Amino acid sequence: MEVLMSILVGILFMAAVYLMLSRSLLRIILGTGLLSHGAHLLILTMGGLKTGAAPLLGEHAKFYTDPLPQALILTAIVISFGVTSFFLVLAYRAYQELRTDDMDQLRGKDHYE
Amino acid sequence: MTLLHLAILFPFLFAIFIPFLYKYFRNIHTGWFVLILPIALFTYFSQFIKTTMSGKTVIETMNWIPSLGINFTAYIDGLSLLFALLITGIGSLVILYSIYYLSKEKEKLNHFYVYLLLFMGAMLGVVLSDNLIVLYTFWELTSLSSFLLIGYWYTREKSRYGAQKSMLITIFGGLAMLGGFIMLYMMTGSYSVREIITAVAEISTDGLFVPALIFILLGAFTKSAQFPFYIWLPDAMEAPTPVSAYLHSATMVKAGIYLVARLSPVFAISPEWFWLVSLFGIFTMFWGSFNAVKQTDLKAILAFSTVSQLGMIMSLLGIGAAALHIDSMNDSYFTIATLAAIFHLINHATFKGSLFMVAGIVDHETGTRDIRKLGGLMSFMPITFTISIIGAFSMAGLPPFNGFLSKEMFFTGVLRVAEMNIFNLETLGILFLIFAWVGSIFTFIYSMVLVFKTFTGKYQPEKLEKKPHEAPIGMLISPIILASLVIIFFFFPNILSLSIIDPAMQSIIPSLIGENGYFDIEISHWHGWSPELFMTIGVVIIGTIGFLSLAKWRKIYNLHPKKLTLNKAYDTSLIALDRSSSRFTKFYMTGFIRDYLIYIFAFFIIILGTTIIIKDAFSFSLKGAAPIGLYEVILAAVMAIGTITTIFAKSRLTAIIALGSVGYSLALFFVLFRAPDLALTQLIVETVSVALYLLCFYFLPELKKKDKKVSFKLTNFIIALGVGTIVTLIALSANSERASQTISAFFIENSYTLAGGKNMVNVILVDFRGFDTLFEITVLGIAALGIYSMIKLRVKEEEK
Repeated sequence: MEVLMSILVGILFMAAVYLMLSRSLLRIILGTGLLSHGAHLLILTMGGLKTGAAPLLGEHAKFYTDPLPQALILTAIVISFGVTSFFLVLAYRAYQELRTDDMDQLRGKDHYE
Repeated sequence: MTLLHLAILFPFLFAIFIPFLYKYFRNIHTGWFVLILPIALFTYFSQFIKTTMSGKTVIETMNWIPSLGINFTAYIDGLSLLFALLITGIGSLVILYSIYYLSKEKEKLNHFYVYLLLFMGAMLGVVLSDNLIVLYTFWELTSLSSFLLIGYWYTREKSRYGAQKSMLITIFGGLAMLGGFIMLYMMTGSYSVREIITAVAEISTDGLFVPALIFILLGAFTKSAQFPFYIWLPDAMEAPTPVSAYLHSATMVKAGIYLVARLSPVFAISPEWFWLVSLFGIFTMFWGSFNAVKQTDLKAILAFSTVSQLGMIMSLLGIGAAALHIDSMNDSYFTIATLAAIFHLINHATFKGSLFMVAGIVDHETGTRDIRKLGGLMSFMPITFTISIIGAFSMAGLPPFNGFLSKEMFFTGVLRVAEMNIFNLETLGILFLIFAWVGSIFTFIYSMVLVFKTFTGKYQPEKLEKKPHEAPIGMLISPIILASLVIIFFFFPNILSLSIIDPAMQSIIPSLIGENGYFDIEISHWHGWSPELFMTIGVVIIGTIGFLSLAKWRKIYNLHPKKLTLNKAYDTSLIALDRSSSRFTKFYMTGFIRDYLIYIFAFFIIILGTTIIIKDAFSFSLKGAAPIGLYEVILAAVMAIGTITTIFAKSRLTAIIALGSVGYSLALFFVLFRAPDLALTQLIVETVSVALYLLCFYFLPELKKKDKKVSFKLTNFIIALGVGTIVTLIALSANSERASQTISAFFIENSYTLAGGKNMVNVILVDFRGFDTLFEITVLGIAALGIYSMIKLRVKEEEK
């Protein structure tokens, strides 16, 4: 199972990097979204995918899945959500002020020329 | 903190009060207050002559950073006392001269005297420090204060150029010297010069010995303006003349000489030291004098002459070092070179100081220093003329002036080089002789140019800005004192020999001291009809002919193409450095975010990829892997399709929906892998995110709404593929080899007993690892505030 998940994570990273290298601001943000999905999935995979009960003691199971990676991912999800929403609003404002979302045009001026 | 330490630090402390003295006593020239200090210090240091004459030394230690072996150890022996007396003595005269030279109405005297005192303290620190790091600190302070003084008239372009040039060159040498000092420390474990000298026998075969030698010589050569680093000195002539007289002839440029002399006991046993010091010195002597003849500016002539004379002293120190290699019964036969070096050091300070002051007087009274405009000033300025005759004739090496004595000794030293039966000197020694003799001829010529082109010949009033007249008496006192010394040292050279020169020689070549503890120097005026005398006669005859026919052979200076000068090389390399670094920066700092991301990702791929290959880190095993279920395979396929759709989506709407599908599949994965809390959060977060994406999308411009096919860029794809592959490889390797067990057993066992909760994830979040959550809440809060302010706060149009 881990092999399959590793490959899937690789695909997510690849797509994320590809999108981040493009010119449109929106596509870059889409890339960051995919990247955080990939990272979360990677944490979960690295924690081990051995079958066991959900980490709830009420289950009275013999084996539980590892609760620690889940806690870490939960934190990461919330943080990446906060950052993503900030970025989205930033992109929206940037477009409002500058009338473009093309990164090549958002290059800024060379002060030394 | 002893009196000796205070003496070194006093100029710094005194400098603090200069601005106040300048501000509150505007009627009195600030220089008068400053003058007290060097005179007091000179008197103080004179007391030590008795101590050093009896072969004793004074050591006072003050802790600075004892844990690193860096202590402010002041050390007085013959050599440092000689320099301390020079610094304070010439310092007093120069300050006296500057009082009349600089106008109290027009000049910013507070700046001038603060810099000058800073320099004086730093220079005293250099010569009186026993600890190499302390010496280096003061050394750089002299560079810094020299920089400030050269750029004193900072509104002039040339001053700034000269200041920058001297700064770059001397700091370069200073840093190299620091490297050499550290190598010495690595070899001996001590920064103390005295301790290093005692350890010489052990370190002379060390691999770092020769590099340390070269680095330290770089420092000495740049500071003392040796070939090819002399180029800063002529440009430093933009400084006010008292500064040129003090720093750039008598004291600072001799710091390199001091360093060579001070470390001679350490390095003199190596042949490299002899060759580098004496060859560079003798060539500098020749080259400086050769170029001095070409100059038309009085101070430029003096600058090149300083270069030449410093080269002469340097070569004498090198030849003196060679004396250590001779196993002759009569050692003192070869030590004459060291004696000549010290004697000429003193003589040079006297006559060069007076000549600079003369140049300053001429400049001050006529408004120009160009010898093509000057001439016939003899009758206007008889006293100045007399002083300059004394100085220049002494520089040329004529009797009855002290320069004659030291030049004779110089020739003696060079002649004896050929008699040393080491390093092939019996054949190569002739080289020294030729350079020395030809250099002396040129020295004679420029000395004559200096005097006769200025004071004799045709008086050209139409070219002068002012009507020339004799300088005020105050301005003449200092050069008169120096010129008197020139004569006194000729007639009574032995007042110096036992009191100053002998103790100094003991510090430079301690291993060659005779049985009675002295060198028994007797400077005599008359050697009989020796080869030296004939050499001097030759110099005078050929020099006179050369001077008289100067107009005819001047053309040889034009043979040297302007493009090939060292100044040109310096300027070109500076410009090239500037341009190439700017070009290089422009080449990779493109301003496109995509390029920077490519650098980062490419670096990521290369570093991790090569590490995996070099360390053979990739491993793969299926041991302990969970079985693959059907649901997971289907879901993975859905996720992969969603991901790829995001890339290839023709419209942005499709891309957003595809991204959403990936997020929801992730939530389903969380369900399958038994993470209910994650699934819940992921669902909600994904929903809100997609809504936000759509919001952004809605505000996109009309033009951009046209669906464009994403241009497929091969580089982007390769980079992306690389990153994906690397991540997969690392994930597989990490999964195949687990280093240790997880700590989750603890959470499973204790979440109810210790924390009273059955949902382990939540217990970890709010109990075991509550701090994470606290700051995650903070992150959300900041994001919310940030979004609010981004939307609400606007810069008004007119404020933009």
